[in-house]
Amino acid sequence: MSKILVGLKRVVDYNVRVRVKPDGTGVVTDGVKMSINPFDEIALEEALRIKEKGGATEVIVASIGPADTQQQLRTGLAMGADRAILVQTDSQVEPLAAARIFQKLVEKEAPQLVILGKQGIDDDNNQTGQMLAALWNRPQATFASKVELDGAKARVTREVDAGLETIEIELPAVITTDLRLNEPRYVKLPDIMKAKKKQLDTLAVADLGVDAGAQFKTLKHEPPAARQKGIMVKDVAGLIAALKQKGLL
Amino acid sequence: MAKILVVAEHANGKLNPSTAKCVSCAAGIQGAEIDVAVLAADAAAVAKEAAAIQGVKRVLKIENAANAEPLAAVLAPQVAAAAANYTHVFGPSTTFGKDLMPRVAALLGVGQLSDIMAVESAYRFRRPIYAGNAVITVEASQDKKLVATVRTASFQPAAAGGSASVESANVTAQLPTHTRFVSRSAAATGRPDLQTASRVVSGGRALGSADNFKVIYSLADKLGAAVGASRAAVDAGYAANDLQVGQTGKIIAPELYVAIGISGAIQHLTGIKDARTIVAINKDSEAPIFEVADIGLVGDLFTILPELEKAVSG
Repeated sequence: MSKILVGLKRVVDYNVRVRVKPDGTGVVTDGVKMSINPFDEIALEEALRIKEKGGATEVIVASIGPADTQQQLRTGLAMGADRAILVQTDSQVEPLAAARIFQKLVEKEAPQLVILGKQGIDDDNNQTGQMLAALWNRPQATFASKVELDGAKARVTREVDAGLETIEIELPAVITTDLRLNEPRYVKLPDIMKAKKKQLDTLAVADLGVDAGAQFKTLKHEPPAARQKGIMVKDVAGLIAALKQKGLL
Repeated sequence: MAKILVVAEHANGKLNPSTAKCVSCAAGIQGAEIDVAVLAADAAAVAKEAAAIQGVKRVLKIENAANAEPLAAVLAPQVAAAAANYTHVFGPSTTFGKDLMPRVAALLGVGQLSDIMAVESAYRFRRPIYAGNAVITVEASQDKKLVATVRTASFQPAAAGGSASVESANVTAQLPTHTRFVSRSAAATGRPDLQTASRVVSGGRALGSADNFKVIYSLADKLGAAVGASRAAVDAGYAANDLQVGQTGKIIAPELYVAIGISGAIQHLTGIKDARTIVAINKDSEAPIFEVADIGLVGDLFTILPELEKAVSG
């Protein structure tokens, strides 16, 4: 029995233009479309491909969030995950607390691989996978663009600033996904119907005995500073003149 | 008083400029005492460079044959051990720092503050979220060690001319063997480095092919610029992944950014909004890139570029 645990975060959809609330207490989320974090969708796709090639027997999707997060987990089940776990909470969960929660799930499920998105497109923190690997005392292969399993090892190609880096890790391990790892499949209607019958367990953070206390307090949200309106030029001569005026040529 | 340890990023015996930017961020905290840790197999050359950064008090050499390659699983326990006497531990928001620092934080049992863009006090900072669509002011608990990454595009490198002492540090840490370096492929381009270049020419999906993308290289060479690309161009295979600029690629702050055939998705704009001057060339006058451009030119890039190249050569 070899399992893969995949994290799915519920976030504001990729295509929504996020706006700060006028009173600065947060961003507007009322009536805004919510989806699976795109990097997590890639994580699930990779897990499903590994299972389809015989590299795993079960894919479990897990999330931490409010009751509505069931929607994203159902989508994950419709994509092909075997079962789902929701650790339900209405509070903000910092990445360290998320990693501690996942550590508890890892202790319970004993997966060979945990695949997470490299970052949530909401908080852009890019921390949970690395923290989980540290707490679990296992390897991490972050920003993966290629994963090759070979028995008790994996060879992972990572997208780094200098180009591509390949590392070899012993399993079990944590992998975090980059954009070019794969292209997630579309969900088909019959699969959505089937997913309704799949197992979805709900736990409370308190059930896991995890310290989910906050270290950071957000004092205010602001829109980013706007750039000054620029000029339009008609042709290359105009562009050259404008660049010269700015001392750039 | 803040005692800050900055983890140096380096490769091939050379210090990465991200380190001097982290020092610059740390120096924004009043009265901060700043040390730099260099983890390497042989740290001498890099430590010497780090000692010349103004504002650095001490450089700690943490040498071990296992530190030849920057593997987070190997470096993190050593950084965590070295961090014992510090209130803050900073690293850059590059792939090196993003990989390493959260692992350090978790080993220390604390959280991390990602992507500091401005310092308000020792425990109060500003950082971007939602691809830069919002900026938050965050306060960290003072009773915990603060591990953070520094958004390098938000800080100028601290000047040279310092003369810090260099010491060998002994850290006791168990190093794992479960993670091994295999290889790294980096295109040797002979061009300026995208992350630190003062000029960048970037191409987007409108280039249409890897072959057409050569006009971007050609113009970049005329301008002495680095080459960048939008995610669409990288996904389509026109350019290598390490050229991607944006939310999930590189965040850059050149003096001049020339966006060619890039429509300007928000995820791309977040990577360039600190550029001093943005030039946009696009055939669609409604493209969002024109909302942030300082100089915009609407037209067909395949007729504009040869003309432009000729004009800047002449």
